[in-house]
Amino acid sequence: MAQIFPKKANALPTLSLLGAVGGGVLSILFVWYYFSPEYTDVGYAPEQPVPYSHVLHAGELAIDCQYCHSNVEVSEHANIPPTQTCMNCHSVVQTESERLEPVRQSWATGEPVEWVNVHQLPDYARFSHAVHVKNGVGCETCHGRVDQMEIVKLAEPLSMGWCLECHRQPELYLRPNEQITTMGYTQTADFVKENLQRIKNESIQPPTNCSACHY
Amino acid sequence: MSTTNTGDARELAVDFHGDEPLISGDMSFHDITELVSGHTEKRTPLGWLAAFAVANIGLLILVTSIAYLFWNGTGVWGLNNPVGWGFAIVNFVFWVGIGHAGTLISAILFLFRQQWRTAINRSAEAMTIFAVICALVFPGIHVGRVWAAYWMLPIPNQMEMWPQFKSPLLWDVFAVSVYFTVSLVFWYVGMIPDLATLRDRATKGLRQKVLGFFSMGWTGANRHWRNYEKAYLLLAALATPLVLSVHSVVSFDFAVSVVPGWHTTIFPPYFVAGAIFSGFAMVVTLLVIARRIYKIENIITIGHLEKMNIIILLTGTMVGFAYITEFFMAWYSGVEYEQYAFLNRATGPYAWAYWTMMSCNLLFPQFFWIKKLRRSIPFMFVASIIVNIGMWFERFVITVTSLHRDYLPSSWDYYSPTIIDVLTLIGSFGLFFTLFLLFLRFLPMVAMAEIKAVKPEADPHFYDHSGDGQASGTPSLTSSHSE
Repeated sequence: MAQIFPKKANALPTLSLLGAVGGGVLSILFVWYYFSPEYTDVGYAPEQPVPYSHVLHAGELAIDCQYCHSNVEVSEHANIPPTQTCMNCHSVVQTESERLEPVRQSWATGEPVEWVNVHQLPDYARFSHAVHVKNGVGCETCHGRVDQMEIVKLAEPLSMGWCLECHRQPELYLRPNEQITTMGYTQTADFVKENLQRIKNESIQPPTNCSACHY
Repeated sequence: MSTTNTGDARELAVDFHGDEPLISGDMSFHDITELVSGHTEKRTPLGWLAAFAVANIGLLILVTSIAYLFWNGTGVWGLNNPVGWGFAIVNFVFWVGIGHAGTLISAILFLFRQQWRTAINRSAEAMTIFAVICALVFPGIHVGRVWAAYWMLPIPNQMEMWPQFKSPLLWDVFAVSVYFTVSLVFWYVGMIPDLATLRDRATKGLRQKVLGFFSMGWTGANRHWRNYEKAYLLLAALATPLVLSVHSVVSFDFAVSVVPGWHTTIFPPYFVAGAIFSGFAMVVTLLVIARRIYKIENIITIGHLEKMNIIILLTGTMVGFAYITEFFMAWYSGVEYEQYAFLNRATGPYAWAYWTMMSCNLLFPQFFWIKKLRRSIPFMFVASIIVNIGMWFERFVITVTSLHRDYLPSSWDYYSPTIIDVLTLIGSFGLFFTLFLLFLRFLPMVAMAEIKAVKPEADPHFYDHSGDGQASGTPSLTSSHSE
């Protein structure tokens, strides 16, 4: 009887085995990299209604984060400042600037400026700024070097695994409370030891159970 | 041929196998090949098309109701606050249970050298695989947020979150998926020689190529047979513990919790017995029809069906014994919650379901003590369907009656399914029959190679006295068969 398959078909089992293994590994790597928030989310920098520069305000002028984001120590939310805060200075500084036109308009009409939210957490994840700020998590740890951002962009993935990395080993990330808003802070030589001591003294116990954030 | 001598040898072989021949009708090896292969080779019969159309409507109902569920969420089901587990788990356990007969027949009966299994093992294994596929639908859709269904598996993810390894629900995922994989491999390996037979008979290029691909270069060489037999034996040994473990683990879903009526040590053996009970009933339902339509009554004989009915009688009685034992244990434990749970089952709002279960599962199979009824096709057909209705209600009773009376009387409620629940259940039968009909149409429904091995002619001593060296049923010395 004539053979159904040509001789070269003998290579098929080997090839398909290699293809299955290789394809499996490749698809794992593909999902691993391209499906991660680190790839999909980090670097998100939407255009804002006002070309506000953190480089100028937080960097060169060295205005403290909390001057504008004033509720960060007491509230779950680090508030976006109202137009009033801008006008504290801009009623006398740069009053004719074209770039500030939307702010002046908002001031005149009472309609808030519609800033675009950059750091979006899912609705089912609760996060309190106050708790973190009071326990030694610096602004910079999650938001990056905002003082170097012309347009605010997402610096960290804000994924659950990323949260858990710090919740499991906070001693690697905490800093003294007086350095919370410092940009470009360098940890001291034996900061891990100091942090461990602080964690013990203040019984800082970052929870890792589901209902810590999902409730 | 010298008939007297052949007759002696055949009687000898028949005595060895039991009181009636495993294959009736004096079929030769060639007749078996023709009969079984022929059904996959001829033009599609109109009856099959009609049945397939009906099954496809069922499948469409399933797909539609699942799509509706995904769009709207689990609120479309009848679940309420104390009854958080409804039709989804009932149907899951029901289908997994049905999927037990196949591997029992193919693995355990194989290891125990029960040769009557060869007539039914292929179709029973197919039934197993399709039933497990139906079962797997339900854990997949019950999560509500179906895009998160992969959370059931321990896959590394950006949440750095793992399934709860202490939960029987996770053990269940492993147990059922292992069972499915092993059953599928076992079924496929057992089919290779038969696929090669179909390949060798094929005349068209594409059919040859497809069958040639799946028969993996089988030539029937001695070396192939040796490897095959070894692989089959090893797989049978691997599958045997799974028959017992899978439904034990399914029962842990209930037994490991602290809900009265669920928290009992009797659950694993009682679930396994129930699974075999319902699985055999399903095999009987399917084969009673299939053997008639496909005219394979000589291969799947009334004797085979009777043996299955005996197993149904045995396991049905075991299940009934377990029901009664549960009551005894509730009384003997002295725990009032336990006692209430069982009294409530038999006399509470779900008493109708409880007594349906009791009469279908415990009382009805008792008719199989009568040999005449065991061998009556109409009776066993009805009985097998009643058994599966009863077994579905068993899972319903276990799941719902224990949940609807919570520890907190203020949350007590009555669970009733919605139309979507019912349509999903009906639709799962559509999926099952679609797959089973495809199997009947395209694959050898009986293990041809194995069935030949249990014929008297396969006995090496069959020809000792015959002298002419010809198999029985061979018309004359001049025509020979190559099987």
